[in-house]
Amino acid sequence: MPRDTLIRQINQIQDEILILGSMVEQATLSAVQALKNRDTQLAHDIFEQDQVINEKRFAIENAIITLMATQQPMARDLRGMTAMLEVNTELERMGDYAKGIAKVVTRLGEGEVVIPIQEIEKMAEIAVSMLHRALGAFISENSSQALAIPKEDDQVDELFNQAYRKIIEAMIANPNLIDHTNLMLWVIHNLERLADRVTNICERTVFSATGELFEIDGMDEDDANV
Amino acid sequence: MDVQPMNENNHYAIEARNLNIYYGNFQAVRDVNLTIQRNKITAIIGPSGCGKSTVLRAFNRMNDFILNSRVEGEILYHDKNIYDPDVDAVQIRRMIGMVFQKPNPFPKSIYENVAWGARINGYRGNMDELVEETLRSAALWDEVKDDLKKSALALSGGQQQRLCIARALAVKPEIILMDEPCSALDPIATLKIEDLMRELSHNYTIIIVTHNMQQAARASDFTAFFTMAEDRAGIMVEFGSTNQIFTRPRDQRTEDYITGRFG
Repeated sequence: MPRDTLIRQINQIQDEILILGSMVEQATLSAVQALKNRDTQLAHDIFEQDQVINEKRFAIENAIITLMATQQPMARDLRGMTAMLEVNTELERMGDYAKGIAKVVTRLGEGEVVIPIQEIEKMAEIAVSMLHRALGAFISENSSQALAIPKEDDQVDELFNQAYRKIIEAMIANPNLIDHTNLMLWVIHNLERLADRVTNICERTVFSATGELFEIDGMDEDDANV
Repeated sequence: MDVQPMNENNHYAIEARNLNIYYGNFQAVRDVNLTIQRNKITAIIGPSGCGKSTVLRAFNRMNDFILNSRVEGEILYHDKNIYDPDVDAVQIRRMIGMVFQKPNPFPKSIYENVAWGARINGYRGNMDELVEETLRSAALWDEVKDDLKKSALALSGGQQQRLCIARALAVKPEIILMDEPCSALDPIATLKIEDLMRELSHNYTIIIVTHNMQQAARASDFTAFFTMAEDRAGIMVEFGSTNQIFTRPRDQRTEDYITGRFG
């Protein structure tokens, strides 16, 4: 079959996107771990890892642009490449959310604060699982899977609401710690947004597979809580 | 944005209905239905032997010159089948001009190449004005205005092709058929022709056959994809706005061809 070179180059970039994805997954889980253990050293490692994520994002973007310029992709190939550009950007932003949580860890230092860690850990676990499967669906162009994954965002939103109430109660109970407690709102907000962005990856998967460009419902309704 | 589909108010320029074309016993084209929109550029693409040039030639009865060729179905132009016995094929070819793969200017002066068709048609106006106006339309005037008496064969390939387009325009056609008009040209000359096509489409309807998919994607409003059926007859697989064909083709065969996975 002609176009073996093109197919090989597309596969290479897909591999790089999967690697970037797993770096983001790792950064997210590590950030929550750092928060749980109040581990500022781990938080600093996450800052450094974010630099690597940013560089990888630009390397992937360059590779896609080069491929577009040299191979003149059409139809499915063209949709796939523009979708890769989009997913690549989403992953970098997700990395920033992990970095944001790490930043909270360094800001807190040893300071006293109530951390709704159960909810936070669960949110991170679900969001990372959604991201992992969304990238799998993206690479295999599985649009039915991509349409199903965003529904799981409801669980993340529910956990967000529970954690939110706990944080507000902590603020009322201890107004002198409000500075630190407020940082917990950042944490849950970042995790909630990370799960929302999985939906964007799923939308690009549907576009790549079918050419249909539309928003998958079931996100952003709880943004009003923030 | 997709080009608007045709409606009653936006009448077609020319239309093939149930078109079947045979060379002797061999069926070259089968059951083609294709409506060409006025003042738009329609590209016909497809692999070698898919019948695209045969269909293009049917639009101004150029197939009449091919021995044993036979056309069934209709080509409607101004609501009249151009294959009806009372239709003058010469008149059809005046209204529906053609530009070929290789530039083929007459071995005469630049001026005479343009004036020739008008003269044959008994043009009585100011010939100098017609030549200038036509060469301007073909985006060639500025390059040749001081050399009108020079032989057309002294021009570059790209200039010769624009001269051939000017020659086609001089008889005031409505439709211009182009059969691989850039395949003998370098990339810059090719882009000039494509710009010219865009300019001409304000006043003319253009149908272009091209092997160059990027050219179809760049230069046309609508695209028809042809391929060969199992018995090697040419068939039209898909027709749509160029935007749709090159981003979201409906048929797998179109997808395979434009992404280079054909064959």
